[in-house]
Amino acid sequence: MARAVSVRRKAVVTLVAWTVGLAIFFPILWTILTSFKTEAQAIASPPLFFGFDWTLENYATVQERSDYFRHFWNSVVISFGSTLLGLLIAIPAAWSMAFVPGRRTKDVLMWMLSTKMLPPVGVLIPIYLIFRDTGLLDTRLGLVIVLTLINLPIIIWMLFTYFKEIPGEILEAARMDGADLRSEILYVLTPMAVPGIASTLLLNVILAWNEAFWTLNLTAAQAAPLTAFIASYSSPEGLFYAKLSAASTLAIAPILVLGWFSQKQLVRGLTFGAVK
Amino acid sequence: MGQIVLKQITKSFGTVHVIPCLDLEIDDGEFVVFVGPSGCGKSTLLRLIAGLEDVSSGHIEIDGRDATAVPPAKRGLAMVFQSYALYPHMSVRNNIAFPLRMAGLDKAARSARVEAAAKILNLTDYLDRRPGQLSGGQRQRVAIGRAIVREPAAFLFDEPLSNLDAALRVSMRQEITELHQSLKTTMIYVTHDQVEAMTMADKIVVLNAGRIEQVGTPLALYATPANVFVAGFIGSPRMNLIDGAEAARHGAATLGIRPEHLALSRDDGAWKGVVGLSEHLGSDTFFRVTVDGVGSLTVRQSGEVDVKRGDTVFLTPSAPHLHRFAATGEAMR
Amino acid sequence: MATRHARTAARIMISPAVLLLLGWMLVPLSMTVYFSFLRYNLLMPGMEEWTGWLNYEFFLTDPAFFDAIGNTLMLVGGVLLITIVGGVLLALLLDQPFWGQGVVRVLVIAPFFVMPTVSALVWKNMFMNPVSGLFAHAAKAVGLAPFDFLAHAPLLSIILIVAWQWLPFATLILLTALQSLDSEQLEAAEMDGANPLNRFVFIMLPHLARAITVVILIQTIFLLSIFAEILVTTNGGPGTASTNLTFLVYAQSLLQFDVGGGSAGGVIAIILANIVAIFLMRMIGKNLET
Repeated sequence: MARAVSVRRKAVVTLVAWTVGLAIFFPILWTILTSFKTEAQAIASPPLFFGFDWTLENYATVQERSDYFRHFWNSVVISFGSTLLGLLIAIPAAWSMAFVPGRRTKDVLMWMLSTKMLPPVGVLIPIYLIFRDTGLLDTRLGLVIVLTLINLPIIIWMLFTYFKEIPGEILEAARMDGADLRSEILYVLTPMAVPGIASTLLLNVILAWNEAFWTLNLTAAQAAPLTAFIASYSSPEGLFYAKLSAASTLAIAPILVLGWFSQKQLVRGLTFGAVK
Repeated sequence: MGQIVLKQITKSFGTVHVIPCLDLEIDDGEFVVFVGPSGCGKSTLLRLIAGLEDVSSGHIEIDGRDATAVPPAKRGLAMVFQSYALYPHMSVRNNIAFPLRMAGLDKAARSARVEAAAKILNLTDYLDRRPGQLSGGQRQRVAIGRAIVREPAAFLFDEPLSNLDAALRVSMRQEITELHQSLKTTMIYVTHDQVEAMTMADKIVVLNAGRIEQVGTPLALYATPANVFVAGFIGSPRMNLIDGAEAARHGAATLGIRPEHLALSRDDGAWKGVVGLSEHLGSDTFFRVTVDGVGSLTVRQSGEVDVKRGDTVFLTPSAPHLHRFAATGEAMR
Repeated sequence: MATRHARTAARIMISPAVLLLLGWMLVPLSMTVYFSFLRYNLLMPGMEEWTGWLNYEFFLTDPAFFDAIGNTLMLVGGVLLITIVGGVLLALLLDQPFWGQGVVRVLVIAPFFVMPTVSALVWKNMFMNPVSGLFAHAAKAVGLAPFDFLAHAPLLSIILIVAWQWLPFATLILLTALQSLDSEQLEAAEMDGANPLNRFVFIMLPHLARAITVVILIQTIFLLSIFAEILVTTNGGPGTASTNLTFLVYAQSLLQFDVGGGSAGGVIAIILANIVAIFLMRMIGKNLET
C-alpha cells in the first residue's frame, strides 16, 4: 500500500530531481544548442543560451568537410553487422545452454564471460599485425569480426538469461508435435524470445556503436566509423565549437534514441543477469 | 493401434536410480493411469515412453516395433503437459495445426482437421484467440486438441488437471473419459490424485520409488491391495492400518480395515473407543475414534449419526473385509 | 535431463561460439606472450631475436610504468568513488515519487549513450577550455582566474569526464536494485521505530550491497581499459601525468613501434585485469545457482 505523499514534499523532490537531471544532461543539451549557433556565437562571452540566430549551416559544413554519411554508414554496418552475426552464432549456443544444460554448462558460461575480461590492449598488437598481414586493417569486415568476438559473450549471456525464462515444456511439446531442431528453434523458440532477442540486439548495437578502442586503432580513412570521425575533430585545425557540436550531435543522436528505448534491458544485459 | 510394452526399463540420473527395473504391458485402447506419491518416478516413466528422456537400459516397444532409439517426433505419440505448453505466440488454430504443419500437411487438410477437433472440444469460437486470452479449462482443451489432430497411437497425459480448480477438474475428468470412450485410443495418464485414478482408469499402475507396487483395475486394487503401500494409497479416506498386538492376534504384522467396513454401535462390539473429531458431509459422516491398544481409527457412516465428541462407542470390523499384511508389507491371502 | 540425441545437437550448436571464442582468446594471447620475449620493433622488420625477460625488465623498471599503474588506480578508484556515492544518492532521489519521473530518468541515463570520443571532446573544448569553455566563463563571472583543467589537473579532469559517463550506469543499476526492495520491509522497520537514516543504513544499504559490488566489478573491467578519453583529451600528458596502463602499452607499441615492450605491458595488463575478473566471476557464478 503506497502512502499518500504530501504535495509539498512531492514538489520539493520534483524541483531537486529536475535540477539534478538537467545538470547531468546539460553537456548534451549544450552541445545540441551550440550546434545551431554560428562559430562567433559559439564562443561568445558571456555564453548565449537561447538568444541566438538558429542556423543549420554547421551541419551542412560537417557533411561537406568530413563526409558524415560515409562514417555514419560505417557505424551502421559495423554495429548492426557485428550484432547480427553475433546473434546468429549466439542463438544456437544459448539454446544449448538454457535447454540442454550439462554438468559443464556453468563452466562454459563463466569461461565465455572471462574472455570479455581480457583487456583489449593485451591483444592489440597481435590483432593489429594479423589484420595488417591479411589486409583487414581499415576494413569494415575486420571491425565486424573483432566487435562480434568481443561482444559475443554478452550476447550469449543475455540470450541465455532470456531463454531460461521460457518453459522447457513448450519446446518438448514442439518435439512431441514432430518438430525437428530447426523448426523448434525457428517456429517456437525464436518467436517466443522476440522481446529478449530485440533487447539483446539493441544493447549490443549501442555497445558496438560506442566502442572506441578497436575502432580507433584498426581504422584509418576507409572504414572509420563515427567514433573515429569525431576523434578527427580533436586536432587543432578542427577546433570550431559549432561544427564540433554539430558533428557530435550527429554522432550521438541515433544511439541516444535507441538507448532510451532500451534502458530497462540495459541493467540486465550489462550485469549479466546479476541485477534484474 | 497403440500397444506399448516396456521391457526391463531402468533409468538413472547420475548416481540416482529413479527407476530400478520395470516391466509393463499396455494394451491397445486401454486407459492406463500411473499413480503414486510425488517423486515416485511416474512422470519420468511417461517421459521415457514419450522419448523425451533416454532409458538407461531396457527396451520400449510400440505396436511390436522397438522404439527405444526412436526420437519423440517419430513415435506417433501425443502428449498433454501439466503446464499445457501451448505456444503463446500462435493463435489457438495455429497451436492445434502445429503438429500437422510439422507433418507437412497442406493448408486445406490442416484446417479441416483443426475444425473437426475444435468441434469435438467446443473450441470453434476461440480458434482465433491467443492462449493467453483463454481460461485454464480452455487452454487444457487446446492442448488436448493439439494432441488429437495427430491421430496418435497413444495419448500421454502428464498431470493435466493439477492446475485447474476443483470444480473444473471434475468436469475435465469426465470430458477426458468421454474422449477416450469415443476415440478408443490408448491413453496413459499420470497423476498423484488417487481419485482421478479410480474414476478414469481401466487399469491402474501404482508406483512407488520407481517400482510398480501393483497393476490392476480400480476395483481390484481397492478390494485386494497387494501390499500395505497400495492399501494406504488407494481409497479416501485412507484405510485404517493397525500394528502391534491387535494385528498379531490376527496372525499378521499389519492389519487393514477400510472406514466403511467398521460397524459402529453404542452398546457393544469388538473394540471400545472414544469419539474425537467428526466430519459431517451430509451424505456421510466420518468419525475419529481412539481405541485403547489399537490406535486412532477412521469410521465412515452413511447419513447423519447422533454421536458426539467424547461419547464412548464400540467398533466391529467386518471379518471378510479385514486385510492382513506380513512384515514385508505383502498381503497375506 | 534430455536425450542423447538432444545432447549431441546441443554440443554441435554450441561449438561455433566456443571455437570462435577459444581462437579469439588463445591465438592473440599466445602471440602477445611470445612477442613479449622478443626484441621486436616494427621499424626494423626481420631483426627479431629472443631476449628472455628483458622486455619485462625494461617495462617494469620504466618510471612511466609506475606512473601508469598509479594513474590507472587513481582513475579507477576516483571514478568508482564518484559513481557509487553519486549513484546511491541519485537512486534514492529518483526512487521518490515526483512529477516527470520518466523524463528525468531519461535525462540522467543519457550520458551513458554518448560515445567516449564525443564526451571527451565536448568536455575538453566546451567546458574545460581555459579561454572559451563554460567553466572559464563561470570563473570569470565570479571574478576568479580561469583554470586550465587539462594542463594542470589532467588526471582529475579525465576522472570527471569518465565519471560523468558512468554515473548513469551506476544510478540505473542501483535504482533497479532499490526498486526491488520489498516496501513491507521498510514499513516493518518504521513500525520498529527506525528513523529514515536508520532505515537507509540497516535496510537499504545491505539490500544494495550486492548491486554495488556488481557495479564496482563491472565498471572496474571497463575502467581498466579507458583509452579513447585519454587519446582525444591529453594524449597521456603532460609527460605521463594522465597515462594509464592501456595508453602506455598503446604508446609503446603503436607510437614507438616497440612490439616486444608493448607486449610485455599487455601481459602485465592481462594479469592485473584477471585479478579483478576472478572476483567478478565468483559473484556472477554464485548468482547462477539461484
